[in-house]
Amino acid sequence: MNNYPIVEMDHVSFKYEKETVVQDVSLTIDQGQFLGLVGPNGSGKSTLIKLMLGLEKQTKGKIRLFGQPIKQFKDWKEIGFVSQKANSFNSGFPATVLEVVKAGLVSKIGTFKFFNKKHKEKALSALKTVGMEAYAHSNIGDLSGGQQQRVFIARALVSDPSLLILDEPTVGVDSKHVTEFYNLLGRLNKEEGITLLMVTHDIGTITDHATHVICMNKTVHFHGASEEYDEFNEQDLNRLYGHSVQQLTHNHDHHEVYHND
Amino acid sequence: MIESFFQYEFLQNAAITGILIGLIAPLLGVFIVVRRLSLIADALSHITLTGIAASLLLEKRVTAVQDWNPVYMGMVFSVAGAILIERLRKLYKHYEELAIPIILSGGIGLGVILISLADGFNTDLFSYLFGSVTAVDRASMWTVLSITVAVIVIVILFYKELFVLSFDEEHAATSGVNARWIHLLFIVMVALVIASSMQVVGILLVSALMTLPVAAALRLSKSFKQTIGLSIAFGETSVLVGLFSSYHLSVPPGGTIVMTAILLLIMTILYKKMSQQLWIKGEAS
Repeated sequence: MNNYPIVEMDHVSFKYEKETVVQDVSLTIDQGQFLGLVGPNGSGKSTLIKLMLGLEKQTKGKIRLFGQPIKQFKDWKEIGFVSQKANSFNSGFPATVLEVVKAGLVSKIGTFKFFNKKHKEKALSALKTVGMEAYAHSNIGDLSGGQQQRVFIARALVSDPSLLILDEPTVGVDSKHVTEFYNLLGRLNKEEGITLLMVTHDIGTITDHATHVICMNKTVHFHGASEEYDEFNEQDLNRLYGHSVQQLTHNHDHHEVYHND
Repeated sequence: MIESFFQYEFLQNAAITGILIGLIAPLLGVFIVVRRLSLIADALSHITLTGIAASLLLEKRVTAVQDWNPVYMGMVFSVAGAILIERLRKLYKHYEELAIPIILSGGIGLGVILISLADGFNTDLFSYLFGSVTAVDRASMWTVLSITVAVIVIVILFYKELFVLSFDEEHAATSGVNARWIHLLFIVMVALVIASSMQVVGILLVSALMTLPVAAALRLSKSFKQTIGLSIAFGETSVLVGLFSSYHLSVPPGGTIVMTAILLLIMTILYKKMSQQLWIKGEAS
């Protein structure tokens, strides 16, 4: 698009009612990166993403998308988003996979314009990218969790975004398909040149695939290349997760963190 | 009925209005049902009754409004109620459904006071509650026709936005869809369609025409467009069969239209069950 970083956050804070959820976060995401965003439960990862997407408004600081202040940013087709909620949509909704994916073109098509044959082909090719073209005419509710996740990725990809944001996309996907899933993301990043930002609990796996890692707990504790993260990991993870480490080792979500250290 | 249709203007009015609402009520109904807002139609139909009552009272007390058709006042109240519901839903962010009983009971409460002040219940009111084949005049038929055209044009123009908003509000927001504006436009259309349908189906049964055909269509369809098509087909069948039997049995059309819709619903449920069993048997053998 241009030479600006894709996302810039400058001393961003967010309070929900009286609780500080995100504190003084400054970071930049450059084109071509594959970023893993990790941190304990309730560390503000999902909120940080919502701030980037304009779904929540920061209480302090500045956010720029593609060089533009977020308030003026209109080019939403440049950002694809696969939400955590994608797993919990109304599965009785009467729509085919194709209809769902075509909905991803809404921002690109614009108001007062209609879906046409070209959009259908675009949706089919996005489905092909995620290996779901055979299901185009199936009802979305009839698919498995992993298949639905792929469809939602296709919906995010169909508008040819420069940045794809995924919030815990592997939750509810069985481990056999997780590797396949990471391969798909790797392909999108390397072959299609899409910048990726992925929130995950799975620290061990993400460092193998991502180029960069952001580790946060309300504020950013680490932001750098994946290789450097491994060193940081050993020294500072205890400090980041703090005195609750003992407690956390019993927490299923974080078991893997320590397992992989 | 066919012969009488050409003979009596009131039958033409009722039949044409019926065909129009048989199209737009299920059309908007699809969006209402998938967004789990079915009860909003009920709240709005009850506030429409308040408008009717207000108009009947004014007719009695103020000579200048003698010739007003109560339907128009019903529409004004219905649209106002729709806007109020939206405000209340924003106010009670975590209890959005509270807006419905507030408006519903408020509408009935005020309505009952106005009705009593206007000298109580009479045949006029009965036809507003349960519908009538004789109540629709030519002018309100034209009004319903204009509303129908407007609703169809708006749904076609905003189909993408309405679909995205119904399927996934968060995705709609990240697609730059102006959710608040589209939602307001939608609920105002619902209010107008309810007030239009009221003359034929009656206030108490108008929400059924928006939800029952959709409930039947949901059993059979795979895609969203198919759901819309089938809902309209079931809606039209219910209205036509209902009006015909209402005329011949001399009972209010609200009853016959809704019972036809229920019958269609039962048939689709049974059909789906049977075809599933056949499919399981086919798989087993």
